[in-house]
Amino acid sequence: MRRTLPIFGVLAVLLVAIAVANPYFLELPGFLAFVKRAAPLAILAAGQYFVIVSGEFDLSVGSLVTAEVVIAARLIDGDPGATWPVIALLLVLGALIGLVNGAVTTLLRVPSFITTLGMMLILAGAVFLWTGGAPRGALTEEFRTFGRGGLGPVPWSVLILLAVVTAVVLLMRADFGRTLVATGDNPGAAALSGVRVPRAKTIAFVLSGLSAAVCAILLGGFAGVSAQVGQGLEFQAITAVVLGGVVLGGGRGSVVAAIAGAFTLEALFTLLNLYGISGALESAVQGVILIAAIALGSLTLPAWAARARTTNATTHTTPDPTHAKG
Amino acid sequence: MTQELRTPVPKTPTWRGLRDVGADSPARPVYLSLLALTVFAWILFLTDGGQFFSQVNTVGILQRSAALGIVAVGQTLVILAGSLDLSVAFLISLVSLVAAETMADYGVLPAIGAVLAVSALVGLVNGLVITRLKVHAFIATLGISLIIKGVLDHRYDGPAGSVPESFQRLGYDRIGPVPVSALLWAAIAFAAWFLLRRTPLGYRIYAVGGDPEVARLSGVRTDRVVVAAHVLCALCAGMAGLLLAARLGAGAPTVGSDGGYDLESIAAVVLGGTALAGGRGGVAGTVGGVLLLAVLDSVFNQLEINSFAKDVVRGLVLVAALAIYARRRLAR
Amino acid sequence: MSLTPRRALAGAVLATLLPLSACSSDLPEGPAASGGAASQGPGDGKKKTGDQSKFFVQADYEAQLAMRTKQATGPADKPWEQAIDPQPVDTTAYKKTGKYHLCFSNAATNNPWRQVGWKTMQSEVALHKEIAEFTVLDAEGKDDKQISDIAELSAKGCDALIVSPNTTATLTPAVKGACPKVPVIVFDRGVQTDCPVTFIKPIGGYAFGADAAEFLIDEVKPGGKILALRILPGVDVLETRWSAAKVAFDKSRLDVVGVEFTDGDAAKTKAVVSDYIQRFGKIDGVWMDAGATSVAAVEAFEDAGVAVPPINGEDQQDFLQKWKDADLTAVAPTYPTYQWRTPVIAALKILKGESVPKVWNLPQPKVTRDSLGDYLKPGMPPLHYALCGCEAMPGYPQKWGGK
Repeated sequence: MRRTLPIFGVLAVLLVAIAVANPYFLELPGFLAFVKRAAPLAILAAGQYFVIVSGEFDLSVGSLVTAEVVIAARLIDGDPGATWPVIALLLVLGALIGLVNGAVTTLLRVPSFITTLGMMLILAGAVFLWTGGAPRGALTEEFRTFGRGGLGPVPWSVLILLAVVTAVVLLMRADFGRTLVATGDNPGAAALSGVRVPRAKTIAFVLSGLSAAVCAILLGGFAGVSAQVGQGLEFQAITAVVLGGVVLGGGRGSVVAAIAGAFTLEALFTLLNLYGISGALESAVQGVILIAAIALGSLTLPAWAARARTTNATTHTTPDPTHAKG
Repeated sequence: MTQELRTPVPKTPTWRGLRDVGADSPARPVYLSLLALTVFAWILFLTDGGQFFSQVNTVGILQRSAALGIVAVGQTLVILAGSLDLSVAFLISLVSLVAAETMADYGVLPAIGAVLAVSALVGLVNGLVITRLKVHAFIATLGISLIIKGVLDHRYDGPAGSVPESFQRLGYDRIGPVPVSALLWAAIAFAAWFLLRRTPLGYRIYAVGGDPEVARLSGVRTDRVVVAAHVLCALCAGMAGLLLAARLGAGAPTVGSDGGYDLESIAAVVLGGTALAGGRGGVAGTVGGVLLLAVLDSVFNQLEINSFAKDVVRGLVLVAALAIYARRRLAR
Repeated sequence: MSLTPRRALAGAVLATLLPLSACSSDLPEGPAASGGAASQGPGDGKKKTGDQSKFFVQADYEAQLAMRTKQATGPADKPWEQAIDPQPVDTTAYKKTGKYHLCFSNAATNNPWRQVGWKTMQSEVALHKEIAEFTVLDAEGKDDKQISDIAELSAKGCDALIVSPNTTATLTPAVKGACPKVPVIVFDRGVQTDCPVTFIKPIGGYAFGADAAEFLIDEVKPGGKILALRILPGVDVLETRWSAAKVAFDKSRLDVVGVEFTDGDAAKTKAVVSDYIQRFGKIDGVWMDAGATSVAAVEAFEDAGVAVPPINGEDQQDFLQKWKDADLTAVAPTYPTYQWRTPVIAALKILKGESVPKVWNLPQPKVTRDSLGDYLKPGMPPLHYALCGCEAMPGYPQKWGGK
């Protein structure tokens, strides 16, 4: 799929630039530290990918991450014995929020942009209503180890990321993946060919909610309790997915590229930081790169370049890019 | 560019079809809910020992909704055209600063000129990125807002400029019980209504939002329509920025983003019954949606509900309203 | 459309995007952001910390630094009733009898500091039987809403109006409008008018920033590499903290290798600090403009397997706990939340015709190694601020989330 190829090029360039500025990056611990840092966003992007490729949005994931971390802190409250039950609860809660998002979107036919915008408000309000305005309680070392610790030299987050990547790739190769892409590409046609569209979309939302739960476990572990841990993550996740060449509106793009998009974003932050570009200009650079990457990706390539690329392309059939929803 | 677009088009049979699309008016439910909520608020104030229709309260409601109302009118235009604009919040911050700084040095009129120029430029860039570079509106305007944010962070470390007393009157004066800011909002809303219902550009906006392919086939230059809608939306954001500069007496780099004008304006538009996918709805509904949110705020104020509970209620209202609209549409 | 023009167009539009930063270039040049210092070698003699913030006012800076050593007047065990250098104003004009109706326009309750303060203020109100009614509007961090809120409150028949402004400059017209109608009490951030009866604040941001910077200058050897972490630019109370630290660092022989914004985000803080540790091998001190992410900064050193250098935090429980557990070399300047008690006390004084200071400077202690034990309160939530002055209030600690 040639839309997805540019992102790997961009990622490679950024990684080389990081390595030039910081040779430690080439050593295993340095590289693993980078992967560890990117893992939460990469997992969140994988979840967001399912929703976007099915033709929807999930704006609630940022609030969901915050809510999950705050809930974890209050429920665990420093008690090591509560760690595992609470982790299970967080996953269930993430899936449940996704289920609600999916049901409201598909059964009540509310546009997902609005469903998840409403959910974002509801979650952000409800969790702090519950805790009286600020987080309370504490996370245990056992809980935090997933975001902070590691198995020998390999951080847990890297292992969890590998597991997630494997799972989502298998999922997209299975019938479900084809169903989902078909749903996003043309829900009407998909329904006619026997796809249960509402079900497919709802599962996508559930996967996104689950990914937010995993992301919250990693971020809460990495940095501890905070009232704004998830702030802005929904836009970062969508940005990452889109950077990976996945088309808003659905039907096109690969999950691996979406995850690569998350890595690209994280590499960009790291690079700006390494080269001492101040926080003030960081967002401007991010904005330019975002637009430029999408714009270049959506432009029709000259014939010779397109030919050269098709020979490298994967076996996916490439839909006519002129029909890209813009 | 807008001038060019308003040249009359030959009346072809498709014209009637386009007009019919535009005549769809889903504004009624929002006014019914507004009425119900107002009655509720009136009773609530009575039992609480207040007066909902007191001058202070109505002025408060109108003052609070004017800026959001103006932005939401602009947002209506882009949403009707099948696009959306997430850059309005940071644009408002930017133009509030442009306005206040220019006013401090060159006077009011150059400042208004500068604001309109800056916002038109941003709208133009938004429109061109979406139509020519084929970037989805969500990403295009998100990217532009990041760029504006960078500029703001880089150039300003706090409120700057100052607005002369004469111009602050725009934010504080009122004629009888009606604040001048609300009159400005009403004027802009009326202009947008007129544009949508009575001009070719208006019909084309509905047509492009309804079905770009059909619109293209019936001779509408869809790209130009989208660009024009974005320029108009940015101009509305510019006017809101001017109004806020008058209210604050200075420009502030966070006034737009703290106000949440991006997502709130979209929420107000869809509350007013305009379809997020474009092509259906109108300015009247948006005005109702903004007033609905403002009356809701007034009720929150009277009950002194804490801000977290407010968010929960707002979220529920938004989703519930959209679910009801969807049901009506389905029932037809 | 053929390919070449479209690609050209893409370039053209992108080209118009890039210089967007120049689109308002006819305006007078705004001051450059004070963040983003490029790294330079130690001892090159140049200012390493960028230009001074435009919020910097030399006279205020000097006054605040001087106030740190002055003795406050007032009851020793109630710092929220103490004042430094009080210039009393006569309030007999506002004297009233009977029950009072107090109003409060709150900027927001959107962070733990404001939450702790807000709960403390509610408890203070509950202590006074003579307050019959307390009307509060929360502006949710929106300047425009707070302007309307103030207008609404000043017409609600309040006997006194307390304002915690969301932004200094922009709330000035609204406060000016309210002053003739009702006695106004401003606290936390100020406004640019002296029409309020009293303005209540701790010593201020310069003192906070200087306390932290001077600690690092004392503890870190000359030439040591300092990383300065700021939440975000453009917030006056934070700008003053950094500008005072900047003055101190520029005079010192320390090398400020970076000034970074963290958005108050713990994960980003940890990432930034880890990057600096990698990039410079060793960081010898960390300055922070607020304590919310201090623990994340400390953990970045721990996770990198290096010793935690001297660092400052704030009076939040999680930092104080970490300080004790990891035996840090640290200091915690404060911006005490007990200042939320004072406006209520001031309002009652004004309505009883007792004089109040025109500017009510509250003491602003810092937590040091010696006083750490006094402020560390096990059982309180991690983001609770120790200097709430609320320990003896009814409902403590449950009301503040403790147990």
